[in-house]
Parts: sequence; C-alpha cells; structure tokens
Amino acid sequence: MSAPSVTMPEADTRWNLPARGPAGMYCLIAAEAAIFTIFVVAYIFYIGKSVSGPQPHDVLRVPVFLTICLLSSSLTIHFAVKLLSKGRVISFALWWLLTVALGAVFLAGTVREWRHLIHDEGLTIQTNLFGTTYYSLVGLHAFHVTVGLLALVTVLIFTLLGNVRREHTQRAEVLSMYWHFVDVVWVVVFIVVYVVGR
Amino acid sequence: MNGQRRVTNARVVRSLDILARQVLPFCGSVVGGFAAPAVPSLSPTNIFAPVSTPAQSIFDLSRFVLMVTGSIFVVVFGLLAYAVVKFRKKRASDGREPAQVYGSMQVELAWTVIPILIVVALFLAAARVIASIQNASPPRNAVEVTVIGHQFWWEYRYPSLNVVTANELHIPVSDTEHPAPTFLTLLSADTDHSFWVPRLAGKTDLIPNHPNSMWVDPHETGLYLGQCAQYCGTQHAKMLLRVYVDSREDFDRWIQEQSGPARVSAAASEGQTIFERTACINCHTVAGTVANGRFGPDLTHLMSRDTIASGAAPNTPENLRRWIQDPGTIKPGSKMPAMGLSGPDLMAVTSYLETLH
Amino acid sequence: MSTQSIAWAKTEVSRRPLVEKLHEWVTTVDHKRLGILYILYALLFLAFGGVEATIIRIQLIRPHNGFVSPQVFNRMFTMHGTTMIFFVAMPILFGFANYLIPLMIGARDMAFPRLNAFSFWMTAFGGLLLYFSFVGGDGLYGAGNAPDVGWFAYAPLTAQTFSRGHSTDFWILSLLVSGFGSVGTAINIIATILCMRCKGMTLGKMPLLVWLNLTMAGLVVLAVSPLTAAQLMLLVDRYLGGHFFDTQAGGSAVIWMHFFWVFGHPEVYVLVIPAFAFASEIIPVFSRKAIFGYPVMVAATICIGFIGMSVWAHHMFTVGMSSAANTFFVLSTMAIAVPTGIKIFNWLATMWGGQIDFKTPMLFCAAFLFQFLVAGLTGVMMSVAPFDWQLGNSYFVVAHFHYVILGGIFFTLFAAFYYWFPKMSGRMYNETLGKLHFWLFLIGFHLTFDFMHIPGILGMPRRIYTYEPGRGWDIWNLIVTVGVFFQAAGVLVFIGNLLWSYWRGKVAGSDPWDAWTLDWSTPSPPPTYNFVTIPEVRSRRPLWDLKHPEDPDWQYE
Repeated sequence: MSAPSVTMPEADTRWNLPARGPAGMYCLIAAEAAIFTIFVVAYIFYIGKSVSGPQPHDVLRVPVFLTICLLSSSLTIHFAVKLLSKGRVISFALWWLLTVALGAVFLAGTVREWRHLIHDEGLTIQTNLFGTTYYSLVGLHAFHVTVGLLALVTVLIFTLLGNVRREHTQRAEVLSMYWHFVDVVWVVVFIVVYVVGR
Repeated sequence: MNGQRRVTNARVVRSLDILARQVLPFCGSVVGGFAAPAVPSLSPTNIFAPVSTPAQSIFDLSRFVLMVTGSIFVVVFGLLAYAVVKFRKKRASDGREPAQVYGSMQVELAWTVIPILIVVALFLAAARVIASIQNASPPRNAVEVTVIGHQFWWEYRYPSLNVVTANELHIPVSDTEHPAPTFLTLLSADTDHSFWVPRLAGKTDLIPNHPNSMWVDPHETGLYLGQCAQYCGTQHAKMLLRVYVDSREDFDRWIQEQSGPARVSAAASEGQTIFERTACINCHTVAGTVANGRFGPDLTHLMSRDTIASGAAPNTPENLRRWIQDPGTIKPGSKMPAMGLSGPDLMAVTSYLETLH
Repeated sequence: MSTQSIAWAKTEVSRRPLVEKLHEWVTTVDHKRLGILYILYALLFLAFGGVEATIIRIQLIRPHNGFVSPQVFNRMFTMHGTTMIFFVAMPILFGFANYLIPLMIGARDMAFPRLNAFSFWMTAFGGLLLYFSFVGGDGLYGAGNAPDVGWFAYAPLTAQTFSRGHSTDFWILSLLVSGFGSVGTAINIIATILCMRCKGMTLGKMPLLVWLNLTMAGLVVLAVSPLTAAQLMLLVDRYLGGHFFDTQAGGSAVIWMHFFWVFGHPEVYVLVIPAFAFASEIIPVFSRKAIFGYPVMVAATICIGFIGMSVWAHHMFTVGMSSAANTFFVLSTMAIAVPTGIKIFNWLATMWGGQIDFKTPMLFCAAFLFQFLVAGLTGVMMSVAPFDWQLGNSYFVVAHFHYVILGGIFFTLFAAFYYWFPKMSGRMYNETLGKLHFWLFLIGFHLTFDFMHIPGILGMPRRIYTYEPGRGWDIWNLIVTVGVFFQAAGVLVFIGNLLWSYWRGKVAGSDPWDAWTLDWSTPSPPPTYNFVTIPEVRSRRPLWDLKHPEDPDWQYE
C-alpha cells in the first residue's frame, strides 16, 4: 500500500533544500553568539565599576601577535577546505596542521598572559569586577578555542590515518564555520576588552 | 459539493461595524461601573481603595484600562460564544464540507488596525501616569525617610529629623491645600525586597547597590497595611508593613518622642546590665547606651510600637518574652538567634525592654 | 470519507524478553519513540509538580496554617515552578514536535537522530539531578536540599552568603544540563524543517504546526543561551569568588534580572507557540474548514517571536528603571498583543461558517480560545506599568500566568493528546471519559484561577507561606484550593483513559478524524520508516486534495 502522492502535471524536478550540516552549525553559532553576547554585555556594563584593584589600562597589554595568529588561522583553514574540495588531501593536511599550530600558539599566549596577570599584577577572577568579567569572557572564548582545536586535531588524526577524502569536504567546511565564528568572537572581545575597555 | 469558495467579506465587515457603534459604549459603561471605588472595608490592602496620589493615579488609569479590556472581552467572548453555538455540526448533516474560506485581506486589516489604535490609546495613558509618578521631585517641605530593607524587617531613618526606628513608619497626613508628601529612599542591606502598601502607592523594590525612591501623600489619617512583595528568604511572608498616617500635631509629637535618647529606669537596671553584657548589643541600638548594633532593629523606643517582629506579633509582654527566648516560635527562620537566657535573666531583660517607651 | 485502514497480515512473532524491549527504547534514535519518551517523562514530572502545587494550596487554605514549615513551603514553590516549566512543559512540547514534524513534512526522521537522543537524555538527567536535591541535606521531610530561591532565583539571594549549602547549585546545574538538551532539540527542529521537507512542500505549504515549531526553535536557540550564560556567571560567583552579582563589590542584582528575563520572556513564547500550533491544526479539522488567513498566521507568529525578544523588562517594572525605560517596555509589550489578538480572530474566523464537531479535542480547543482571551487581557492590564506597580508580584500575576499556561497551553495540550493519541497508539480513546476529564478540569481550573485574581487585587503578594487574617483574602484562598482537587480528578480520569484505551480502545485506523495533513496518511502507529515512498505535495492540505480531486486546494491558494 503506497503512501498518497500527487504528482504535478508540469513536474519541476528541481527540489533543492539546504544541507543539514551547515544549517545545524549556523544554529549552533547563533546559540553560542547569544551566550557570548551576554558575557560581553556584562563586561561592558561593568567597565569602570570596580571599586578597587587593578584597572584595565594598568595591566592589560594588547595581544597584537596573538590576534594576528588567530585571524590568520581563519585564512589557513579556508585554504585547507578549498584544497580538500579539489581532492588535494596532502596539501589540505598541511594547511590544516598550520591552522592547529596557529590556534595552539594563541592558546599558549593566552596562558602566558594570564600567568603574568595573576603572578605579577595580582589580578585574579576574585580580585574585582574587572577581574571577574575579564577572565570569564576571555576564558569562555579560550574554552571555545580549545574545543575547536580538539575537533581540528581529531580531523587531523583521521587525515593521517587516510580516512579523509574529497567527499568529506562539507564536514570540514562545517568545522571551519565554527572556527571562523571563534575568530569573529575574538575580534569582538579584542575590541571590547583591549580597545574600548582600556 | 462545494459551491462558492470565497465568502463575501462585506457581510462580516458590516456586522463588525454595527458591533463597534452600538455595543462598545454599552460595554464600557458596564465595566467602568463595575470597577467603581470598592469599599475599603473589603480589605485594608485593596488596590482599588486609594488614599494617596500615586495610588489614586493608578486607580484612575486602571478604570480606563478595565473599560477598554472589558469591552474587548465582551465583544470577542460574544463572538466566540455565538460561533460555538451557531456553527455546531447539525445532526442531519449530509457529509458535505462547508464552504472553504481561505482568508480575507480586508478583515485582517480591520482587526489589525483597530487593536493598534487601542494600543496607542492605552500606551499614551500609561506614559502620562508613569511620568507623573516617577518624575515628581520632592518639594522643600517633604518629609524624607530612608527605608532600608533587611531580612526580615524594615529600618526607617529620618535623616533631617534625627530619628531612627523600625517596622512601624509614621508619616504626616497631607491635603491638596497644604501638600505634605513623604519621600522614601529605598535601600537594602542584604537581598531584594519590595515596599508595598497598596492603598498608598504601587510597589517599589529595595535592591542592594541600587537606590530607589517613591513618594506618598495620604489624605486620610489612619493605619495602612502592606508587606514585602519581593521574595527575600525564609520569612518573606512575615515582613509586614505598618504605616501610620498621623495628623500634623501627632506626627510632630511622635518625632519629638522618637528623637530623644532611651528612658533610663532604675527599676530595670538589672535587665539593662544583662542586656548590655549579652550579645544583644552587637545587633541592636538603644540610643544613649553602649548598645549600638545595626544588624537588628533599633530598640530605643520599642514600647512605642504596636507590634514586634515586623508586624508578626502584637507587642505584649508575653510575646516579647517568647520572642527573646526563641524567635523561632513566632518567626522560624528569623535572623535573630535564640538567646539562651536563663529564666530570671529572661524576665529581667524583658522588663528592661518594656521600659523603653 | 476517510482513507482506508491498513490491514496487517498476522504473522507469528515470538515475544521478545523485556530487557531487550527496554534496551531498544533506551538506545532509540527514532523520532517517534523519542517523542513518546519525552511525553511520558513529562507526565511523570507533571505528577511531581502537581503534588508540589497541592502542598502549596493546602498550606494556603487558611491564614496561619501549619501544614508545612516556611522552609518546606519555599522549596515547594521553587520546585513547582522549575519542574513545570523545564521538566513538564518544555519536554512535552518537544515530544510532540519530535513526533509530528517529520511526519508532517514527509520525512523519515529528524535531521540529526543521534543528537535527538542525546538531547532527550540530557533533559531527562537534568530533571533527575534536580529531584535528587530532595534526598540531600536534611532528608525528605525537611525537603532536603531542594532549591528554595524561587524559579527565577534572583540575586543576591543566590549568593553563597544567603544560600548556604547546595540547594541553589542543584537548580543551576540541572537547568544547565537540560538547557543543552533544549538547544540540541531546537537545532534539530530547525535543520529538519529547513532541509528535509518532501518535494513540493515549500515553506508556504508547510502545515502551521511546522511553521510555529520552527519559530519556537528559533526562540530557544536565541533565548536559552542567556540563561546558560547567567548561570555560568552565578557559578563563577558562588565557587570562584566572582562578583558578577556581588553587590558588596559593586556588582548589580538588577543585571541578573535582565539576563534572566531576556531568557524568561521568550521562554513563555517557546511554551505558548507550540500550543498555538496544536490549535491551528485541530480547530480547522473539527470545524471542517481550512485555517483562515494562513499567511497572516505565519506572519503574526514571526512577529510574536521577534517582538517577544524585546519585552523582557515588563517583569521588572517595579525595580526602579527610568521612566523612559519603563515606557519603552510598555510599548513593546502592548505591541505584542496585536499579532496575538490577530491569531485569536483567525481561529474564530476558521470556526465561523463551519460545521463544528465537539469531540474532546475540540472541546479543549474551544475552552482554550475563551481562556486565552482572558489571559491575554490580564496581560494587557499588566503591560500598563503603573497598574503593574500594584498588580506585579501579587497573586494577580500568578493567576495571569497560570491562566496562560494551564488555561491556554495545557488545554491545547490535552486537545493534542486526544487528537494524536489514535495516531500514536493505533487506538481510539474513550470519548465519554474524555468529556468527563474536560468538564472536571474546566470546573477545577476556573474555581482556582478565576478567583485567584481577587487576592491579588486585594494586596496579597506571591511566594508567602502564610498570610494574616483580616486582609480579606481567606475565602478566596479557600475556593482556590478547592479547585485543585477537581483538576486532580480530571487528570486522573485522563491518565486512566489513556491507559485503558491503549489496551482496550477501538482500532483507530490511519485517519479517524478525516484530516488533511501528511501525518494522517500513515498507518497508526506509523512504521519506523514513516512512509513507504516519500510523498510529493502540491498544497497545504495534501489529503484534502486526495479526498476532493475535483476541488483541490492548489486551485485556490
């Protein structure tokens, strides 16, 4: 017994709907953007409101190099995906590796910056409103970078095992969308924390 | 099978027009009359029995709002009821489907535009009252009180009159010829609270690190009741409000009495010694003595109050003794600990407190 | 004129062991099974939430009652609110969405079946974590360590200073966990609807239920995240010494309110929009007419979604915002009444000129229309900020939102249960018991929630474990409590009906209601793969087209 169907006389055989992967990733990005928005709003609201302790312009050093690394990694991942779509798996792997390396440098630099802030400047999450909002916002971003890096490394391992081929381009692209999102968030955090807030 | 597929909209629009012109005014007056001033004896905290300008403005606004919403209710309810009765499936239906009507732009426009107009009217009415209540600034002769919310009692300070008291607020009566409003600055020592005496004004919250202000100008003397209206912890329910609106003379006399130091009574010196030796003075103030704690209510003129524990119990010797022995018997979850005084000590301290007129 | 029932050939299948059947349910990724799991889970928690409500109402039946201590009472109202919103209403609506959306769009499953299962189990564990709080601390009689800060957990009451122990942490963590589940489901719904519709089903030809769930999912994605963010901040305050809401360090208690209500207000649209969806499917079928004004209904819903994100501070009219801010939120709140009213008028117009058959689903939908009208109007009253300065945080508000949630959402939910129970179980429910449920519940609902408005007008604030005599509140509280027992009776009849009918009901066939959407074209219950061949549609009511080939919908719209 077949399900009812009505075929149209002038049947239009084109029926193109968006792909599920990118659609899902856009939704995830929207949700994450909403979380970050709240943390950014809190940061902005509390600018200048700390009653004591180190203030941003006293202790923050603008992380230019780290920013360049992270933003470049968006470029490298874009190239990587392009190469994979052409079937050049080895080149893809190299650019993907470069992306991972740049991301890792960013994280390492963040760790260094925090060590400096904690040990030399005495700024912790408990110190004052600035400390709380700074570590929360930058930390949330760093957490997302970490998760992204873990995913990228996983893909790298699959590639080294020979399991990644041209037909997986869309999956790599979906992951790169997440990575681009993480970079855009950094641009916002950078402006709010290191430019406006200082 | 199915005849015309598009019902003419003209008939529908005409019925709506008749409704608007004849039924609405009738509905409005019925509902408006219903919301007429309710008798205060229905409840001492009836929001529809205002005695002060903010509460009165709100009441007047609310009558307009009720008229509008009541009319909408009658019309739409009527249409729904009609539809539910008139368009029931007839028993002798021949299985034919009724005319399928997919929509009508004119009708949609009508019932979009009319609600928008109603919204504009309500909005303008509300905006006016918001401005008149919130943007009022105190005239020079206003009585200024700072209200500090605590878990679970109210602290009242009259900074320019040098009075500090708790739980029972006294303010002067006001009238249109000689307005004497009271301006309250609202602060909190711990969590969020809300000051709500319905017959005097709408509620305003007391939020730590966020000072608020409100004003009242009651034109009838008397005692007005309310209570905390923002959940603040275990005994939120018993953080009651008692506002005494006094005549000018009574108010001035009250201020006079409250601004003086505590009465010294030789008979109660034993109790006073125990009071001052025990942890009591860490939380309570008795002006003119060593007791200067700020965590609990000021007790300097405790006996001038009708109730204790922020309205939770009448101020009788028995209740006072019970309270001091174990506040949990009257207000479990109150921040005052059971003092663990022995029998004679307890009687002495209670007698001492009873001299604090 | 309904489609033929499918007759299955009788085959001998040996009974599988119970363990295997349970394992299948626990590991399922089939949207229909997950939908049913969500629904059953929600019904269980409905019982818990109902018990909590009953305890509250017994305590308040008269002034100075001693049925429970203030500590227990405060835990009861916190748990009641948290349970009903997060572990009853949301799961049950997700459950129906999960079950129905693929069927209605001609798909075989949701876009991400494993994410679907993950989301369900996250929600389920969240609820279990929340209820585990009862057995911590003092133990059940003292209501253990259950949270007692109110379901919106205002700061600074939730700071370590004022909330010792772990009660608040149970609240935070259980909602964080289930929040991930909610967002997962929402992502799934959006991806499914955008990417998996059958051929011919353009966005303008989807059933309204699908449109409304798409809007709801969009709201979840945007609105649950602020709650997640705020709760993370609260954890930082409580455990890492942070100062987000620490007023002593210059922090703001009001900012918690903003963050919470930025979530909290869209949340109520997340709950009510699926309820509108049920009404939009059921009313046309039982009125025997197409929905009136489909494009306007879609536009109104999207408007509600957008405007709904801009009204949140009407929950904060009393906190001392500037007159400009208060005025803005008055305007945005009133604005949302316009598209909402339009929807009521469109449902009314659908019934107008129809041949309404008052079977149980339609009875519940009709009551929904009357009740939602009242609920909307009391909402309009409170949108007038000065009026809200009196009515806010009182029993008037409690009456209003229960009118929306019970009178609006639950009534349409019951309608949906009765309407789709034949599809999900293959059996018809008992119509007499259904009507009995309706009348019992209707009486109880109105006894409780009509009269509950009055103590609010007479000055009774919410969240108080007892009240003073002599305020004129006594009689109304008594009537309100009495209504609870009628509602409980109604719900018992409902559960009994479902259970009895599942085993003993008449076989339903694939289309007992002579309906028009694709879900009614499958057998009842549908096979795992839903459709033998994926259908192709040409209008909004594919089955109408089949049943009326001389007069199909696609000739008209």
